[in-house]
Amino acid sequence: MDELIPYIYKPHPVTGITNGKFGTWLFLASEVMLFGALFSAYIMLRVGSESWPHGYQELHVAWAALNTVVLIFSSVTIVMAWVSLKLNKFTNFRIYMGLTLLCSLAFLAVKSVEYMDKFHHQHYPWTSNFFGIYFTLTGLHAIHIIGGIVVNAYLMGPGAKLWKTNPEQFTGRIECAGLYWHFVDLVWIFLFPTIYLL
Amino acid sequence: MSSHDTHAHSGHDHHELSWLRKYVFSIDHKMIGIQYGLTSLCFLFFGFTLVMLMRWQLAFPGKELPIIGKLLGEAAFPGGVMAPEFYNQLGAMHGTIMVFLGIVPLAVGAFGNYLLPLQIGAGDMAFPKLNMMSYWVFFMGGVTMLLSFLMPGGAAQSGWTSYPPLSDIAPAGQTVWLLGMVFLITSSLLGSVNFIVTAIQLRVKGMSFFRMPIFTWCQLVTAFLLLLAFPPLEAASVLQLMDRVAGTSFFMPTGLVISGEQSHFAGGGNPLLWQHLFWFLAHPEVYVLILPAVGIVAEVLTTNTRKPLYGYNTLVYSVIFLGFMSFVVWAHHMFMTGMGTTLSSFFQATTMIISIPSVIIVTTFLLTLWGASIRFNVPMLFALAFLPMFAIGGLTGLPLGLTASDIYLHDTYYVIGHFHYVVAPGTLFAMFAGIYHWYPKLSGRKMSEFWGKVHFWGSFVCMNGIFMPMLFVGMAGVSRRLYDMSLYAHAKAVFPLNIVMSVSAWSLACFQIPFILNLFISWRKGQKVGDNPWDCTTLEWATPTPPPHGNFTHPVEVHRGPYEYAGDEAEFVPQNV
Amino acid sequence: MEQKPYGWWLPLNASANNAGIDQLINIVHVFMAVLFVGWGVYLVYVLIRFRARPGHKAYAVHKHFRLPTWLEVGVAIIEVVLLVFLSSPIWYRVKKEFPAEKDSVLIRIVAEQFAWNIHYPGKDGKFGRTRPELVTSNNPVGLDREDPDGKDDITTINNLHVPTGKPVIVYLSSKDVIHSLGITVLRVKQDAIPGMTIPIWFEAAIPGQDFEISCAQLCGLGHYRMKGMLAIDTPEQYTTWMTEQEKELAAENAANAEPAPADTSNEGSPK
Repeated sequence: MDELIPYIYKPHPVTGITNGKFGTWLFLASEVMLFGALFSAYIMLRVGSESWPHGYQELHVAWAALNTVVLIFSSVTIVMAWVSLKLNKFTNFRIYMGLTLLCSLAFLAVKSVEYMDKFHHQHYPWTSNFFGIYFTLTGLHAIHIIGGIVVNAYLMGPGAKLWKTNPEQFTGRIECAGLYWHFVDLVWIFLFPTIYLL
Repeated sequence: MSSHDTHAHSGHDHHELSWLRKYVFSIDHKMIGIQYGLTSLCFLFFGFTLVMLMRWQLAFPGKELPIIGKLLGEAAFPGGVMAPEFYNQLGAMHGTIMVFLGIVPLAVGAFGNYLLPLQIGAGDMAFPKLNMMSYWVFFMGGVTMLLSFLMPGGAAQSGWTSYPPLSDIAPAGQTVWLLGMVFLITSSLLGSVNFIVTAIQLRVKGMSFFRMPIFTWCQLVTAFLLLLAFPPLEAASVLQLMDRVAGTSFFMPTGLVISGEQSHFAGGGNPLLWQHLFWFLAHPEVYVLILPAVGIVAEVLTTNTRKPLYGYNTLVYSVIFLGFMSFVVWAHHMFMTGMGTTLSSFFQATTMIISIPSVIIVTTFLLTLWGASIRFNVPMLFALAFLPMFAIGGLTGLPLGLTASDIYLHDTYYVIGHFHYVVAPGTLFAMFAGIYHWYPKLSGRKMSEFWGKVHFWGSFVCMNGIFMPMLFVGMAGVSRRLYDMSLYAHAKAVFPLNIVMSVSAWSLACFQIPFILNLFISWRKGQKVGDNPWDCTTLEWATPTPPPHGNFTHPVEVHRGPYEYAGDEAEFVPQNV
Repeated sequence: MEQKPYGWWLPLNASANNAGIDQLINIVHVFMAVLFVGWGVYLVYVLIRFRARPGHKAYAVHKHFRLPTWLEVGVAIIEVVLLVFLSSPIWYRVKKEFPAEKDSVLIRIVAEQFAWNIHYPGKDGKFGRTRPELVTSNNPVGLDREDPDGKDDITTINNLHVPTGKPVIVYLSSKDVIHSLGITVLRVKQDAIPGMTIPIWFEAAIPGQDFEISCAQLCGLGHYRMKGMLAIDTPEQYTTWMTEQEKELAAENAANAEPAPADTSNEGSPK
């Protein structure tokens, strides 16, 4: 298949990127549309509602802020993982990827605690549209985090075999995973002020 | 799909694939294209069957449907007469299946998959495994949709548009419908990423953008529409799922009283939110249905006029412009929702603007015919018939796009006539043209000309017999989606037209029998032809027949534009020569 | 002038203000027909003249045509004219230019699965308060009879009477799902959206007793039978009918003298 499909790991001379990276960017474009639509829905619901609480009155800003820090840190570590591969230091790659995974699990842990707390205070998705959109947006974002965890764990574990046969392609995959992870991070950076602070 | 393996292992020394890997879980774009094609043809026929049932009730309201009524059971046909709930299920599922499981997978999944890599000289799609996944996710989406008929309360019944609050309070079939949509959206997302990367990265040497065949251009623009328009519907589906499953009230306003009971929803939602998100997808979706058809017609038309396409560049720019504009016209489906004058004027204006490139497309096709030497073979007949049919579909869009005339025509049969003219004798005829045109590439044999002509003329007459009367029924002011229009005095005069429409629909089904038989019998018995039976210029005809794994047996390079016909030295010059 | 009200084209237009809609529809269809016939004649001519036959060869180069360019420009211009001079002004007149409330007949229409509830304000010209909690089968709009404005209100189901010669303003809303008020003979159509009250207006000109209201938006299994009757009365007929309704209401009030539960809600009637 290597001869069949060009530009799997060598960039295309005109576009300057590999197929995988191009595909990832397109995928992210559609994700932008998905979250864009949801944020628009949020605006439309909030503008049309009679009463809408401020996020900081109902939610724990401190936990969300902690999660923001955790996610930003994980974005740094995934870049370090990619840089390690570029520098041909595979062990470092494993360490940084492991840190990224730990961060994402920590994020989910904080998130679960937050959800439990909400349920404990009788705040459910059906309580009001504020909580409805809160659970929908953060839930969908959490699903994206879980998707990222699966991909990153695969690349750190069984997927890493590719490093031995085709390091260039493997590095490309880590770069794509990193792009996705940055996007998930970016969504959170929009979510945090929109839901928790405004 | 059993017999074209005879040539498949010529030339290449790759290892033999197991039957399962070759025909079921294949990663070869051509096999995936064929899978898409056969699956979508089955769904098209199934979707058509649903409407044939509806046409019984419409022509003979309240009459017992012989035999079939009994077979479908008491729930759907109490006493052999169709129940209104079941009628609504048929309507909703007909729309959903035809659009999302029939036309789009046929136009994009089948034709796009099979032809796009061939036309740009690529060995396969950029992501073959993703391609396979896209098909299987689509397949699961289709199965999910079919299973929804078995849910308590039946399948989705709030129209293919699924407007809340009706859909929020509908029986469980609606939840399954939403899940099915999530599958289908995922599938088209995977597909569109693949198409765009392939068309941009994998073009062979010399295949510049402005040497790409129109078909490939159309597929590329379509892929962008799918990529960017579908996610908002995914968002809307998620929100509606939350409403139905988690009890949120995104689409449920405060203070509803449903069937005499106060609603249990917390309220505060907005039903129009769904309509905005839905039509933001569904209008570009219209162009997803029509652009591949334009592409196919362009190919078939130029081949059979034996002359270059009139205004290649104009056509390309028109298609791109259509793609862009299709994102800013969505609210013309919502003129009657009480929107303000500014908003309605804006969407009315964009709607008029988008009609201009459509007129240009029809005009370039018509002008291509001037000075031609027209071969009237079956694909050409279908492609030629596309022109007036698409024209009727497009023209009837005018009074609907103008806000004032839409006040009267909105949600009447006129609308149904309008979009069916675009999609049924429009797009579907182009699909038939494509099937007859490229069949020799798949099989090495032509489909029967005689039975093809029977299929064409029968379908042409029946299609008009179905949809032309709808325009008059709509003019008389009859609302759409009525289980029994005979209750209305203003429908009395046009009511007999229902019998014309129903008989035409059932006859149309009969005229598909020669097509189906032709499709399968010609695979073994059709007239044998060479690699390029129609004397075409584009790259897919430069491959062996059928194209082996990897498509091209020797490296190709492109030296010229796609439609060099009627030259001084040669009657046609292929792109790779 | 006796004319058949319903046929294969636009039915009788009984309105005084919506003739523009018919005009526009007819003009657009003439334009469409001209274009289609033009294309069609050209298509047939070309198919015959340029059919493949021995000795006939396709032209290699394109003749440069001016006509199609002019045609496209022409189509664009006609569309602009339709848009700016016909459609937009008509839309504005029909949907936005409301007559004064004091000179008009005011009616609330509340759609539900699967009926049209008609609510007249009665003699005082003021709609009584309505509340969702009060909705019963006898009181489909949830009218609060305790409210002084609501004492004389008249409600009917699927039975709309309007007088000729006086504009009618309808406040349209829905109790459950989206419906759409379609009155073919008046060229009226407006979605009834739950949570919103949308005003529309029309003026009837031709009296007649059995016109129809239909639902244009799929609203469930009974969508097809969500039919209302529309009577366009002469002013005298209208007064007679109204008086009858008032008498019936008085008789009804006398019959059930028991008071309705008191309320504290403040959901107001439309302005």
